[in-house]
Amino acid sequence: MKKTNSNVSIRTKSVLTGWSFVLLAVILIFVFYFYPMLQALILSFQTGTGSNLTFTGFDNYTRLLSDKTFIVSVKNTFIYLLVQVPLMIVLALFISVLLNDSKLKFKGFFRTAIFLPCVTSLVAYSVVFKYLFAGNGLVNTMLLKLHLVSAPIEWITDPFWAKITIIIAITWRWTGYNMIFYLSALQNIDHSIYEAARIDGASASRQFFGITVPLLKPIILFTSITSTIGTLQLFDEVMNITKGGPGNATQTISQYIYNLSFKYSADFGYAATVSYSIVIMIALLSVIQFKVAGDKNG
Amino acid sequence: MAKSKRFFLYLFLSIAAIVSIFPFLWMVVSSTNQSVDVTRGRLLPGTHLLDNFQKLLDTTDLQLSLINSAKISITTTLLALLIASLAGYGFEVFRSRSKDVVFNILLLSMMIPFAALMIPLYRMFGKISNVFPWMGIDTMTSVILPTVTTAFLIFFFRQSTKMFPKELLEAGRMDGLSELGIFLRIYLPTMKTTYAAGAIITFMSSWNNYLWPLIVLQTPQTKTMPLLISTLGSGYAPDYGMIMIAIVIGTIPTALVFFLMQKQFVAGMIGSVK
Repeated sequence: MKKTNSNVSIRTKSVLTGWSFVLLAVILIFVFYFYPMLQALILSFQTGTGSNLTFTGFDNYTRLLSDKTFIVSVKNTFIYLLVQVPLMIVLALFISVLLNDSKLKFKGFFRTAIFLPCVTSLVAYSVVFKYLFAGNGLVNTMLLKLHLVSAPIEWITDPFWAKITIIIAITWRWTGYNMIFYLSALQNIDHSIYEAARIDGASASRQFFGITVPLLKPIILFTSITSTIGTLQLFDEVMNITKGGPGNATQTISQYIYNLSFKYSADFGYAATVSYSIVIMIALLSVIQFKVAGDKNG
Repeated sequence: MAKSKRFFLYLFLSIAAIVSIFPFLWMVVSSTNQSVDVTRGRLLPGTHLLDNFQKLLDTTDLQLSLINSAKISITTTLLALLIASLAGYGFEVFRSRSKDVVFNILLLSMMIPFAALMIPLYRMFGKISNVFPWMGIDTMTSVILPTVTTAFLIFFFRQSTKMFPKELLEAGRMDGLSELGIFLRIYLPTMKTTYAAGAIITFMSSWNNYLWPLIVLQTPQTKTMPLLISTLGSGYAPDYGMIMIAIVIGTIPTALVFFLMQKQFVAGMIGSVK
């Protein structure tokens, strides 16, 4: 009897020790992620300014559907997403395959150079890009000198080019980041697989699509999900390069939420509703991405 | 044929490298030039570095922002490493079915957009301000607390713990070390590369954080480097040389941390991806 008791207490003790290691992290994540998430849901059914809030049911959600600024922000965000994320992932994949070539010289230099943009803060590089792409900025000066354009491109002030500028900026900042994931995954692939393919007469592109892409699929899925989540929350770049302008041509959903809560009349309830649209989009897109990746697995 | 392929390979990589490096070079070169020369597109180093620096010191509170950023980033990094490594170790070493469930729930937090958290968090710290002003809005604590624990870092440490030799753990228990003792005296020193990679990730994201500090830090006394750079960049008659030196100074810490720990970073990342 006594023995079982002490066994129980030893077991309880080890269970408690295990939990004590993870407890602080669990509490912090619940307090600073899940609890605010629940609060935002409650807020999304309330309206009013500042802290004078009253429940109004689904009013905010119906307002969302007829809110032109919201619709423009969603459209802009999806343009960034659909153009930039595939472009960046293909580019990062392509560069990492080139850099994985064992005969390549100056490998370290290329790798470091292409990864370098990741050390900059989003704000710092945004300000640099804002000046590079200004009407009289260096990019236009160079394009004019090389006679590639006859008049300066309105990178920041034209609705179309402003979006292109944002896309160029994000691609510059994040391609190297994604490349590192692919590079480390490529190093785990056994070289003999490629040798066997070469003996069978598979071309470089066949090897790429037949071996590299399928083997990297989990990492490609991971990077496309993180990039999608990142792009849906795009804020720093747009805020510091174009301020969302011209008009609302580059404004993102996150920026609209910020404006609703801290720039206009502090409409926390409606801002929370807008923020839930991002939650729903992330959930939907992640499910789709998992499905697509899963289906190809067969 | 093979030769021309090689040529295009190097050409492509060189263009990619130049495009990646160019904005850096331009920013460094511009920090040594006068504002007019920057707008004229001067690409050669000038002699105005000290002038620009002096102007920056005169018009902004650079030291204060640097100190604020350093305090926040260093505290965040140390706390984040401690909390996440304890948790990652705990989830892996004391594995149980219920802990796996909790771990999976934590991972879900990675999907939560910050946009959905910022308003409730802001209101939460507003309420805290009424009771404990020292940890409410406009304090270091309010910047650190919501960002100090991420599921990603816990996941990162858990993955790496899988490679931690369990024999060391048994040896520690045989020697009569407490569980915390094993963690501090055996695990921590063995997992140096993991800690280094975790430190780089956390320090960089903390030093560069913009949106949350923008919301919660409201007085000039609490401004961090990204906030300072952002306000400089939003002026109507920008002094380009001065702004560029501010950006260079703001980038040095993260660049330094990265280059000093690059090897460990890559090693740590590979360990977690496996």
